[in-house]
Amino acid sequence: MSKKSKGQTIITIYPDWCKGCGICVAFCPAKVLELDAAGKARVAHPEECINCGFCERHCPDFAISVVPRGRKKRLPPELENGV
Amino acid sequence: MATPRKTKKQVLFAQGNEAVVEGALLAGCTFFAGYPITPSSEIMEEMARRLPRSETGVFIQMEDEIASMGAIIGASLAGRKVMTATSGPGFSLMQEHLGYACMTEVPLVIVNVMRGGPSTGLPTSPAQGDVQQARWGTHGDHPIIVLSAASVQECLEMTVTAFNFAEKYRSPVILLLDEITAHTREKIELPLPGEHEIFNRVVPSMPPEWYKPFEDTMRGVPSMPPLGSGYRYHVTGLTHDVMGFPTQQPDEIKALIERLFRKIDQFYTDIMLVDEYLTTDAEVGVVAYGSVARSAELAVAQAREAGVNAGLLKLKTLFPFPRPFVERLARSCKTLIVPEMNMGQMSREVKRVAASLTHIRTLNRIDGQIITPSQILKAITQG
Amino acid sequence: MSDVTELIHQYLRHNKKFPHVFCPGCGHGIVLGSLIRSVHELALSKDEVVLVAGIGCSGRIAVYVDFNTVHTTHGRALTFATGIKMANPDLKVIALMGDGDAFSIGGNHLIHAARRNIGVTALVLNNSIYGMTGGQSSATTPKGAVSQTAPFGHLEKSFDLVKLASAAGANGVSRGTVFHVNMLDRLIAEAVSRPGFNLVEIMSPCFTQYGRKNKFKSAVDMFKWLKTETSPLESWEQLPPEEKAKRLPIGTFLAGQEPGLEVLYGNLRDDLAAKEQPR
Ligand SMILES: Cc1ncc(C[n+]2csc(CCOP(=O)(O)OP(=O)(O)O)c2C)c(N)n1
Ligand code: SF4
Ligand code: SF4
Ligand code: SF4
Ligand SMILES: [Mg+2]
Repeated sequence: MSKKSKGQTIITIYPDWCKGCGICVAFCPAKVLELDAAGKARVAHPEECINCGFCERHCPDFAISVVPRGRKKRLPPELENGV
Repeated sequence: MATPRKTKKQVLFAQGNEAVVEGALLAGCTFFAGYPITPSSEIMEEMARRLPRSETGVFIQMEDEIASMGAIIGASLAGRKVMTATSGPGFSLMQEHLGYACMTEVPLVIVNVMRGGPSTGLPTSPAQGDVQQARWGTHGDHPIIVLSAASVQECLEMTVTAFNFAEKYRSPVILLLDEITAHTREKIELPLPGEHEIFNRVVPSMPPEWYKPFEDTMRGVPSMPPLGSGYRYHVTGLTHDVMGFPTQQPDEIKALIERLFRKIDQFYTDIMLVDEYLTTDAEVGVVAYGSVARSAELAVAQAREAGVNAGLLKLKTLFPFPRPFVERLARSCKTLIVPEMNMGQMSREVKRVAASLTHIRTLNRIDGQIITPSQILKAITQG
Repeated sequence: MSDVTELIHQYLRHNKKFPHVFCPGCGHGIVLGSLIRSVHELALSKDEVVLVAGIGCSGRIAVYVDFNTVHTTHGRALTFATGIKMANPDLKVIALMGDGDAFSIGGNHLIHAARRNIGVTALVLNNSIYGMTGGQSSATTPKGAVSQTAPFGHLEKSFDLVKLASAAGANGVSRGTVFHVNMLDRLIAEAVSRPGFNLVEIMSPCFTQYGRKNKFKSAVDMFKWLKTETSPLESWEQLPPEEKAKRLPIGTFLAGQEPGLEVLYGNLRDDLAAKEQPR
């Protein structure tokens, strides 16, 4: 976990699932996210992300994923089937 | 209590309500939830004593009859054979969950010991006023199995049958007794082990990923795994597709509802149980159920002595209505008499199927008193 | 913090349509995420979890998650849950209900489930309104609030779910919000692992049917309210009385360790069996 170094994450937003509620945008402490013209969340400043995890845990639609850079995006095998 | 010898049946002097308990335990019931109400409470009290003394038995007194139904549905989903018992006001409270059990195809047995109604009515007097409620009490179009019993011995046997039907057809089954049958004490014989066929629920026999919880089958009855056995699926009272998920698609709605009806309809011959007494040459037929059928049997015997060719069709299955038996009797009789302790609930069914075949007379009593043999005899001799 | 969303995706039913039916910003989706993380954290298998849901928007959550799921009737989820737990105490039974579900129509079942201390976790998603049926008053609609059935302001008082459940005898009682998600994960995990009956009240905003009519500008606005108007129980207790009245305490209020009814019943069966052994 790297709270000090910024921009060490890959942020993925699934626009099909995003309902544009704006929660992630409003509360992101680093102002990484914004709503685009279509009203969907968009990663505007990935370099500012401090990997706090707020957006992931508060997206009611599971439409945003934050993964540390340099690690494969897949879950480790022991998590694959949820125990 | 003495252990019964293998060859000799154990004889008990029991109430109908106690016989229900014997039948339930024989059938493999291991879970009872209920709320006390006269004249059914003895069932619950005996279950409270017996179930914790069995290996896995569970008894629980719930806060009301809605909760009792919820608890037994939950336990049935978890793999138990389940039962509750009640009377009129409690039966009214059970209707919502009765519909849930129909829709989700959860096997369970409800014993309703009928007392006088409507409302609190006559708590300690017999009646048969819940017949049509048992058929149509819960909202929405649905099939249901309703049984009855006329004697203490039959209370035992029909309880076993109720469990077998519930498990075989994945359906709630209602056993309608009346206060007389429930509280009469008489000698009964406990069946020998193996004497009654006991039907156990069919569980899935394919790997979980291939299981479709509400798939149509030849029998129309899907297999049913207990919760927690690896077959994870969704149960809902909403109209659902074969995977159990809510649907609004006309073809899926139709398929579900039609299957629910078909799984009962196509086994009418298995489910419709009657006893016929002197009907082959009968000219005056009596159609009766519950304690009234016993008065009717006596009346028919007395009528025969008096030279009238009377016969009795005793309905043990009330719904699906045993239409073929009633029609056959109607064809050979100039009159059918339908005595019952209500203003005419079963006679509606008899009229529905036989009005064009014979003359139908109703004989109703709603004063909390039993219908006597002489009342029925009088009706028979009047033709 | 990572892998959160990917983990959740592992628990969702892949044959269900997403995004789910809930309105934008509805707190109920966040509760689903929190529930999944808690179950994962406790290393429970999907097979041993039974999610018993009532009727309401909240109850709709059950269809989306790959546990054993039973979507029951309005207000009665706890009665089913009681039967399931008594029938098979090895299962982890979690009842998920709305505020109307659990405390209006289902109030009687709730207090009795608490009294008999059945080993079930009750998650009550409190949005102060009947969401699903279009915004009518529930037992938790605050006095003065506007609803479809209180167009001139609600005259009745609302239940304090924490006090009610505590008084009724629940083993564990806590309150969380969908803003304080880390705390919520912990509250749910603790409730599921504690014996007996445990209730978690979860403040979960409904902008569509409640916020809009009650001076909130957006769903986000309601989340801001949760952030600023609540206090962790420990700090809330230090507040002067007039401040206490204004703020909503969140955290764990009760954490009893009494065995659940299903355990007592199992013991009874064992005792009776021992007594009936010959000699
Ligand atoms: C017996 C019965 N009465 C009424 C309804 C209609 N109904 C469905 S959901 C609901 C209220 C839901 O409110 P709540 O429990 O707070 O859940 P929410 O939708 O707010 O999550 C009502 C009244 C019903 N389904 N069953
Ligand atoms: S993890 Fe999400 S909320 Fe946190 S800084 Fe990054 S984008 Fe913003
Ligand atoms: S919280 Fe989720 S749904 Fe809401 S705007 Fe952000 S990504 Fe979209
Ligand atoms: S109506 Fe309210 S509770 Fe229902 S989905 Fe919408 S926001 Fe959520
Ligand atoms: Mg609500």
